[in-house]
Amino acid sequence: MQKPEPTVTKVPRADNARVVRKLLFIVVGMFGFGFALVPLYDVFCDITGFNGRTKNEQAMANTRSVDTSRTVNVQFLTRVNKGMPWGFEAEVKSVRVHPGETKVVNFLAHNLTGNNMVAQAIPSVAPGEAGLYLNKTECFCFNQQPLAAGAETVMPMQFYLDPDIPDHIHTLTLSYTMYDMTAHATPDVLASIEQPAD
Amino acid sequence: MSTVVGEMDHQDHHHHAPSGITRWLFTTNHKDIGSMYLWFSFIMFLVGGSMAMVIRAELFQPGLQLVDPHFFNQMTTVHGLTMVFGAVMPAFTGLANWMIPMMIGAPDMALPRMNNWSFWILPFAFAILLASLFMEGGGPAFGWTFYAPLSTTYSSDSTALFVFSVHIMGISSIMGAINVIVTIMNMRAPGMNYMKMPLFVWTWLITAFLLIAVMPVLAGAVTMVLTDKYFGTSFFDAAGGGDPVMFQHIFWFFGHPEVYIMILPSFGIISAIIPAFSRKPLFGYSSMVYATGAIAILSFLVWAHHMFTTGMPVAAEMFFMYATMLISVPTGVKVFNWVATMWRGSITFETPMLFALAFVILFTIGGFSGLMLAITPVDFQYHDTYFVVAHFHYVLVSGAIFSIMAAAYYWLPKWTGHMYDEKLGRLHFWCSLISVNVLFFPMHFAGLAGMPRRIPDYSLQFADINQIVSIGGFAFGLSQLIFLWVVIKCVKGGEKAPAKPWEGAEGLEWTVPSPAPYHTFETPPEVK
Repeated sequence: MQKPEPTVTKVPRADNARVVRKLLFIVVGMFGFGFALVPLYDVFCDITGFNGRTKNEQAMANTRSVDTSRTVNVQFLTRVNKGMPWGFEAEVKSVRVHPGETKVVNFLAHNLTGNNMVAQAIPSVAPGEAGLYLNKTECFCFNQQPLAAGAETVMPMQFYLDPDIPDHIHTLTLSYTMYDMTAHATPDVLASIEQPAD
Repeated sequence: MSTVVGEMDHQDHHHHAPSGITRWLFTTNHKDIGSMYLWFSFIMFLVGGSMAMVIRAELFQPGLQLVDPHFFNQMTTVHGLTMVFGAVMPAFTGLANWMIPMMIGAPDMALPRMNNWSFWILPFAFAILLASLFMEGGGPAFGWTFYAPLSTTYSSDSTALFVFSVHIMGISSIMGAINVIVTIMNMRAPGMNYMKMPLFVWTWLITAFLLIAVMPVLAGAVTMVLTDKYFGTSFFDAAGGGDPVMFQHIFWFFGHPEVYIMILPSFGIISAIIPAFSRKPLFGYSSMVYATGAIAILSFLVWAHHMFTTGMPVAAEMFFMYATMLISVPTGVKVFNWVATMWRGSITFETPMLFALAFVILFTIGGFSGLMLAITPVDFQYHDTYFVVAHFHYVLVSGAIFSIMAAAYYWLPKWTGHMYDEKLGRLHFWCSLISVNVLFFPMHFAGLAGMPRRIPDYSLQFADINQIVSIGGFAFGLSQLIFLWVVIKCVKGGEKAPAKPWEGAEGLEWTVPSPAPYHTFETPPEVK
């Protein structure tokens, strides 16, 4: 850099406010983007099955053929959230299924408290990429589960594996965590506990 | 004083600055504010350093002897927060305040009133954060990364104070960054086009854009933690449909650009000092500018390398692994350029140059351990071990902090008008250099052998290594008191510094007398 020669030129009066406005726009936009990441993340995980997401909605019954040349071991894990006083387990630890074959597995829930409660089970699949191929045609996890004080119930889950499931997946694990939803239950679910159906 | 932003009002003689405390409370002068930032950051450096001393004292021997584990966790958390947001970032903002107007030939920052605010809210942020340590239930104990659910379900009642203090720090950084951008875009002297700007100005311009892009995301993340903990939302709570892993995505989307916020200005400082003491112009100026830009852009695409063990699909792991490794290309360009600048230069080894040389070598070591961590399969072994602690302390302490020390020695004569005590400066350097390596190098081995981070106790086989590390830690902490001594001595007196005390130094800041007058470049210089 050369030695500057002092001159009498005034500092150009640039429009600082205009630049500040633009920069504040970025700031506000990025604050919004932080929150936009929440729905974006959900959409991204649902589409790709990242992070063990499974399609947690009712699938169409399988119309495609059963691939009897392959067998996949589907394991079941159950746990209750910390401080959730329920018993919750699967009737069987695992089942072996052919892709396309429909199976029913029963889960048992037991409200160990003296209060009527509402719970919901949240599924997760490992490995993550298998989540896209696990289709549930019927599942207790689609809805909130009301259970009267001390009551037990059998909850069925009917599923099949998409025959397109990649060849390298031989075992997949479906894990359910049971959460206490009593405080967030919808009124009709709460009302159903008052007159136990069974 | 003029309240009109950016207006040069010569009529109300603000040359007669108010004296006493009001001078500092109401000042809009970039040099005053720069000095306050630098002193604040040094105080925070000592505060955060004392917490590190508590950590190292506890880890001196296996077993629990000095503090209980909950307090230990508060120390690691607040040490990290204080050093990142209280020491490194304000030090860079202070250097920016002092040097950018003088480097581009501007009379002051573009928005002086906002400049005053962005500094003065910082002490309040840290008063809140540090005060929370004394509350019932303790301060934040979830690590500076405040992962959910540690910061939501399992955190102490004082978490709201942590959230608000981070909000204030974020607002301060954003205001500082906006000021830097407007100053650089609008206040350059005639003839000072973008490709003539010193690299410190360039790296700060890019850093400022990173700041305004990611600090709001951090503000969003802490706000979500706040509402999850106190207002019943479920952003990170699976029971309500949220996802704790999403916290890590949002946090590291901020967090990875943040680590470049803490190193890009260092690159600018080193790019000023190495040419000055090699008496050669910087090799590859424009490639330095482009490399800085490339690093900034890539920093947005690599965040998930902090989360390899969360169970990502292999394709995503591969993407983040290769994207991370790609960053070593522009960084390598920079290291190459610094070495090429020194090649066949007439080098002298004054204290700023010693710190700059140590920076180049030790930052590169930190970069290499970063490359090791980028390799997905081995990261599963290194994750959350002392290897990670060693890595980021090499880039942040012997990287960022060493560059700040180098900058302080380089510009102290300009700030104070006196030469610092070269003998003491070198003593400070050699004590720091040796102790920093005794402190952090053995941590690599502890980590590879499996010692996890953020624990107050450890298995017996790590006892010797931790004792060495702790001794290095105490020595490094004490060495920094030499620096305090040098600075105070230099402020109080010493050999009179000429306008340009370093023979090979270049830049407009050396054309004004030392100490720099209260107002400089009220008449803009002509840059040819």
